[in-house]
Amino acid sequence: MPAVIPSVTRGEGRNAPPAIVLRDIHKHFGLVHANRGVSLSVAAGSITGIVGENGAGKSTLMSILYGLYAADSGEILVDGRPVTISSPRDAIAAGIGMVHQHFMLVDTFTVLENIVLGAEDGPLLRRSIASARKEIERLEREYGLKVDPDALVGDLPVGEQQRVEILKVLYRGASTLILDEPTGVLTPQEAEQLFRILQALRERGVTVILITHKLREIMAVTDEVYVMRQGQIVAHRRTQYTSREELAELMVGRKVRLSLDKPPCRPGPALLKARNLNLRDKRGCVVLNNVSLTLRTGEIVGIAGVSGNGQSELLEVLSGIRAPDGGEIVVGDRHITAQAPASPAEMRQLGLGHVPEDRHRYGMVGSFTADETAILGYHQDARFNKGLLLDRRAMNAHCAMLMENYDVRPRRPDLNSTHFSGGNQQKLILAREIERNPRILLVGQPTRGVDIGAIEFIHRELLRMREAGCAILVVSVELDEIMSLADRILVMAGGQITGEVDGASADERTLGLMMANCWTPAAAETLVTVDAAEGASAAQSGLAWTTP
Amino acid sequence: MGDFVTDIVPILAATLRVATPLILCAMGGLFSERAGIFDIGLEGKMLAGAFAAASVAAFTGSAWLGLGAAIVVALALALLHGFACITYRGNQIVSGVAINILVSGLTIVFGMAWFKRGGQTPSLEAGARFMPIEFLGAAAMRDVPFIGPVYADLIGGHNLLVYIALLVVPLAHWVLTATRFGLRLRAVGEMPLAVDTAGISVYWLRYRAVLICGLLTGIAGAYLSIAQNAAFSRDMSAGQGFIALAAMIFGKWRPWPAFGACLMFGFIDATAIRLQGVRLGDFGEVPVQAIQVLPYLLTVILLAGFMGRAVAPKAGGVAYVKEH
Repeated sequence: MPAVIPSVTRGEGRNAPPAIVLRDIHKHFGLVHANRGVSLSVAAGSITGIVGENGAGKSTLMSILYGLYAADSGEILVDGRPVTISSPRDAIAAGIGMVHQHFMLVDTFTVLENIVLGAEDGPLLRRSIASARKEIERLEREYGLKVDPDALVGDLPVGEQQRVEILKVLYRGASTLILDEPTGVLTPQEAEQLFRILQALRERGVTVILITHKLREIMAVTDEVYVMRQGQIVAHRRTQYTSREELAELMVGRKVRLSLDKPPCRPGPALLKARNLNLRDKRGCVVLNNVSLTLRTGEIVGIAGVSGNGQSELLEVLSGIRAPDGGEIVVGDRHITAQAPASPAEMRQLGLGHVPEDRHRYGMVGSFTADETAILGYHQDARFNKGLLLDRRAMNAHCAMLMENYDVRPRRPDLNSTHFSGGNQQKLILAREIERNPRILLVGQPTRGVDIGAIEFIHRELLRMREAGCAILVVSVELDEIMSLADRILVMAGGQITGEVDGASADERTLGLMMANCWTPAAAETLVTVDAAEGASAAQSGLAWTTP
Repeated sequence: MGDFVTDIVPILAATLRVATPLILCAMGGLFSERAGIFDIGLEGKMLAGAFAAASVAAFTGSAWLGLGAAIVVALALALLHGFACITYRGNQIVSGVAINILVSGLTIVFGMAWFKRGGQTPSLEAGARFMPIEFLGAAAMRDVPFIGPVYADLIGGHNLLVYIALLVVPLAHWVLTATRFGLRLRAVGEMPLAVDTAGISVYWLRYRAVLICGLLTGIAGAYLSIAQNAAFSRDMSAGQGFIALAAMIFGKWRPWPAFGACLMFGFIDATAIRLQGVRLGDFGEVPVQAIQVLPYLLTVILLAGFMGRAVAPKAGGVAYVKEH
C-alpha cells in the first residue's frame, strides 16, 4: 500500500503558500472513525480532486473544511495561516465556498434572491439586490456563467441551478471553491460546460477542490488528485502521471476491472412488450408519454437519462406498483392495461423480478432483519410458512444460503437490514430477486451508493442472468454503467423515449444530446460541423432515433 | 341611497371590529408558518392574552398594562412552543394543541381563584379599556349624507387596536418582501439547509418568527377582553384562532390575501349577527345556532372546494436538525 506521498514538485506552488492545508484531521461519528488523521495540501490556483468510494470520508472532510462538522482534532491552514472554522460563516469569511451535492437553493426564490441570501448589504433588500445584479453581470462576463437573474430557481434546469450555486459562492468573494459530486445530476454536455467554467475559474486564480467518485472526471479536469479510502488519504498523484486503473485500484485497495467482458448478445423471443404507456402524476403532468419497449430473452436493455425524466415511473408501471393511464403491457397472455391492472404480486407470478431504484423505500424494511428482508414479497411461499406462522428456521437457512452465494457481508441473517452497507444491502436484494430465476428482471440504479467491489459483482451477476436467458431492463443515471452493460440503450427525456442506440456503438455525446432531448437530424449536422471527427463517427455508427 | 348607507355602514364597521383579532392572529401565524413552524396554538395564545389583559386591567385599572400583560403572556407561550418545536424538535401540531388545552383550562382555574366569578373577570371601567376613538369633527359630519356615516362610523369610531391591526398588514407585507429579515424568514421556511449553509442561524430566525407571532396574538387577545368586550369570559376566543388559521391558509400564506380572507370571515360574522331575529318566509325565525354556524360552514366549503391548491412553505412542520 503506498502511503502518503509527501510533496509533489510544483512550479506554481513555490512562491505562493498552498490555498488550503489540512493537518491530521480526525473525526468520529459514534463508533465510526470517518476521518483518520487526514493531511493534504491544495495548491493555490489548481484544480485538485479527491476521489474515494462512498463512505471513504471525502464528504466528511469537506464538511469539516466548510464548518458544517467540527473536527475532533487537527489543523486547518488557509493561505498559510491557521484558521478556526466552526461554522459556514467562518468558512465564507476565510474565502471558502461550497457547492453541495444537493443544491442549497430556495426553489421559490429568484436567482438574485438566492444569491443575496446571507450576504445582504443591509437590512433592506433593494440595495442588495441591485448591487448583486451588477456583480452577477460582471461574473457572467468573466466566467461565462450565464443565468437569468430574475428567473425562479425552481423553474431552472439543474445545470443552471448549479451555476447559481457557483455564482452564490463567487458572490461571497470565495477564492476556494469546493464541489461535492457536482456531475451526479448533469447530462454529459452540462458536465462539460461545468468543466469549462472550472477551467476559467482556475485561469483567474480560483482554487477548486473537486470531490467525486467518477474517475473519468478526475482525469479530465484535475491537476492533482488525492485518493481516500476508509477515512485515510492513501495516495497523492499528479493527474498527468496516473491512470484510471491505478486510481481505481488505490480506491478499492485491490485490482479492479473497470471493463466488462461481455459475450456477444443473442437476443431471443420477446418476453415483455410495453405499448404506448402513458401516465400522469398527481398534478396531472404527463410523466410517461407513449413509451413503448420490448424486452427479449438474453438481452440487457439499458435506460439512460437524467434522473427525474420518467425512468422511476416507468419502473413502477412495469413492476405493477402503479397502473398505467393508457397503453398496455403484454407478458405472455396477460394484457395489463388501465382497466386490467396487475399488482406487484401478480407481476412476480408472471415471472418478473424487480430490484427497485430506491432500495430503502421499496426494496427492504430497514428495521427488519436480513432474513426477513430476504423473503419480502415472497413471504407467502409455502416454504417459508408453517401453518399460520412464519418458519423462522427456513427463513434463516434461506438467507444464509443467499449470503453465501452472493457474498453478502457480514453473514448474519439476524442483523437488522440497516446495519449492512449499501453494497451488501443491494446484493441481498438482488440475490432475493435472482434466486427465483425470473424470466424478466427489472433493475433500477443497480449500483447507486454501492462500492466499486460490489459494482463489479453486481454487473457480473446481471451478465450471468442474461446468459441464462433472462430479459433484463437496467435503469441507471450512470452513463458508464449503461454503456458497459446494455446491449441496447433507450434514452428517456421528459417522459418519452427520445432515442435508441445499439449498445456496442453508443457514444456519450449522442446519448447526451438525446438525454437533453436535442437529438434531431439537424443537431447531428451541427455536431458534424462543430466537431467533424466525433460527429462523423456518431453519424456513421448506425444509430436509430426517434424525434419527439 | 341613504337607507342603503345606513344599513351597510354598521355592517362594514362591525366587519372591521370582528375581523381585527382574525387579522392579528392571521398575521402572527403567517410569520410563524412562513418560517416553517406550524402554529395551531393561535387560539390558545390569544385566549391567554385575553385573560392576562382583563386580569391586569381589572387589578390596575390600566388598559396599557393590560395590553402589556397580554403580550408578555403570549410571548411566553410562543417561547414554549418554540422551545418544544425548534430546540427540542417536537411535533408542532401536538405542541400547538397542548397549548390550546393548557390555556383553556388554566384561564378558568386562575379566573376562579382570583375573581371567584365562575371563570369570568370583573367588568372593566372605560378607563381600563381601549375605547372607540372619536375622529375630529365626526359628530358634526355625521349628518352629511354618505360621507358622514362613513367617516364617523366606518373610518373612525374604532378603538386603537383596530387601527394597529390594519397597520400590521402592510407592515407584514413590507417586512416579508423588502427586508433582509423577511428574505431569510421566507428562506428558512422553504429550505432551512440553504440558510444554515449561508452561515445564518436557523434556530434564532425561527425563534424570532415565533416571537412575532406571540406579540401579535397577544394584542389580539387584549383586543378581545379589554377593547371589544369589557371582561374576560371562559373560552371567549371561541375558535377565532382557528378561523384566523383558515384565513391565513386561504390567503396562501401571504399578508394581503390573508387580510382579505379575514375581512370576508368578518363580514359573514357581522351579517350573521344582523340576520338574527330575521324571519324567513314560512320557516319562521331563523335559529341563532344556524346563523352562527355559517362562518364555519363556509370555511369548510371554501377550503375544500374553492381555493385551489394551497402550497404551504415547504419546510413547514419539519424540525431542523443541525448536524455536528
